[in-house]
Amino acid sequence: MIEINAVRKNFGDLEVLKGIDLVVQKGEVISIIGASGSGKSTMLYCINALESIDSGEILIDGVDAHAVSTDINTLRRNIGMVFQQWNSFPHLTALENVSLAPHIVLGKSSAEAEEIARRQLEHVGLSDKVDEFPSRLSGGQQQRLAIARALAMDPSYMLFDEVTSALDPELVGEVLDTLRLLSEEGVTMLVVTHEIGFARDVSDRVAYFHEGVIEELGPPGQVIENPNSEKTKKFLAKVR
Amino acid sequence: MGSASVFTSFQFSDFGFLIEAAGRTLLISVLAISIGTVFGCIFGWILSVARLVGAATLGALLDVFRSVPLLIQLILFYNFFPIIGFNLSPFEAGTIVLIFYTSSLVAAVARGGIEAVPEITRRAARSLGLSYWQDMRYIVWPIGLRAVLPSWTGVALGVLKDSALVSVLGYVELLRASQILITRTQEPFLILIIVGIFYFSLSFPISRLTARLERKWHYD
Repeated sequence: MIEINAVRKNFGDLEVLKGIDLVVQKGEVISIIGASGSGKSTMLYCINALESIDSGEILIDGVDAHAVSTDINTLRRNIGMVFQQWNSFPHLTALENVSLAPHIVLGKSSAEAEEIARRQLEHVGLSDKVDEFPSRLSGGQQQRLAIARALAMDPSYMLFDEVTSALDPELVGEVLDTLRLLSEEGVTMLVVTHEIGFARDVSDRVAYFHEGVIEELGPPGQVIENPNSEKTKKFLAKVR
Repeated sequence: MGSASVFTSFQFSDFGFLIEAAGRTLLISVLAISIGTVFGCIFGWILSVARLVGAATLGALLDVFRSVPLLIQLILFYNFFPIIGFNLSPFEAGTIVLIFYTSSLVAAVARGGIEAVPEITRRAARSLGLSYWQDMRYIVWPIGLRAVLPSWTGVALGVLKDSALVSVLGYVELLRASQILITRTQEPFLILIIVGIFYFSLSFPISRLTARLERKWHYD
């Protein structure tokens, strides 16, 4: 369970998170929608402590992610993250990209790590790209590689930060299909997305972020189909 | 009589003298390049993490080493130590100055290498649970090294040739040896060609090796 309690965060004078409360249950898929700059990506970065917070707390299975005493590297093993910009390790093949962390972080043998990597590459449909360098992969394939790389750590939670935003339109589908597959497998996911259709179809709950607060939170049937808040309605009217 | 007895032409044994001198050039260069590269990487790392403070202090110091002509550094340094009670041999003084000089050049290269790795790539590595040093070792180092290997090669070859300046302290390396022979034999053309070939054969392996690594590491 991820518990986010009254989290605030500033970038200089700009307050990007103004008291966020959110509980993510095991097995739940939550989509986070909202305009650019509403704080949704920052929220994700705070969960695995890639960004610091100014007040509040974030508990991952009861462990305070921002406590000084917390071993953040151990905590992060359990939280996979996929980013908007492609960030495959360019000097490693697809297989090495995926096997690196299981090998050096989890201490698996090379053979074991490779086995895990092959399985995860197959999982995301990249079995035929095992020995390719990332520069030979399309954007959609690179994003699926990034998903495989995160899954190889066998995390309890997956964070997705606008993973389709930098893709050409024809490549969006294959990445969303991979996310759908994961949701069907019961992976706990927090998905920051602009794909409203995806959020409606796949999520258990949808959070609408507006200027650093969660303006509306509920099942997609409510937030997307029949929002209570005027701000949510306005946003949805614009993106649809 | 007269001048004929003072000057003697180039003899085969002079080769031995030149080879020995080439060995000294090689020794002082290898020391300067290897130790200077290690320090340069550390300095480059400091510059990349402590941008404001680093640039103000270390950066300024390194700029001095990079900007003041090596010849002046050598003479100042060599003459400074006797003043405070140490006597350094030309070899020691020359090596120390070359190490500082090399590390100031490598620091800029190393910093460039570290900064060549996109922030998002490092974040991705950290999000997988890699520690700061694992990220440095497995992500930043290999990507950065590939990015700046040509620049580093340029620095290394430059230092090899600049090591000739240590001759002003009286250290008999390749250039100094050639001057001695030229004075004796009065055959500057021949000797400079021979010495040029020596320098080339010291440099060539470095540029071949790094060119090979560049090809091997070319990933696409």
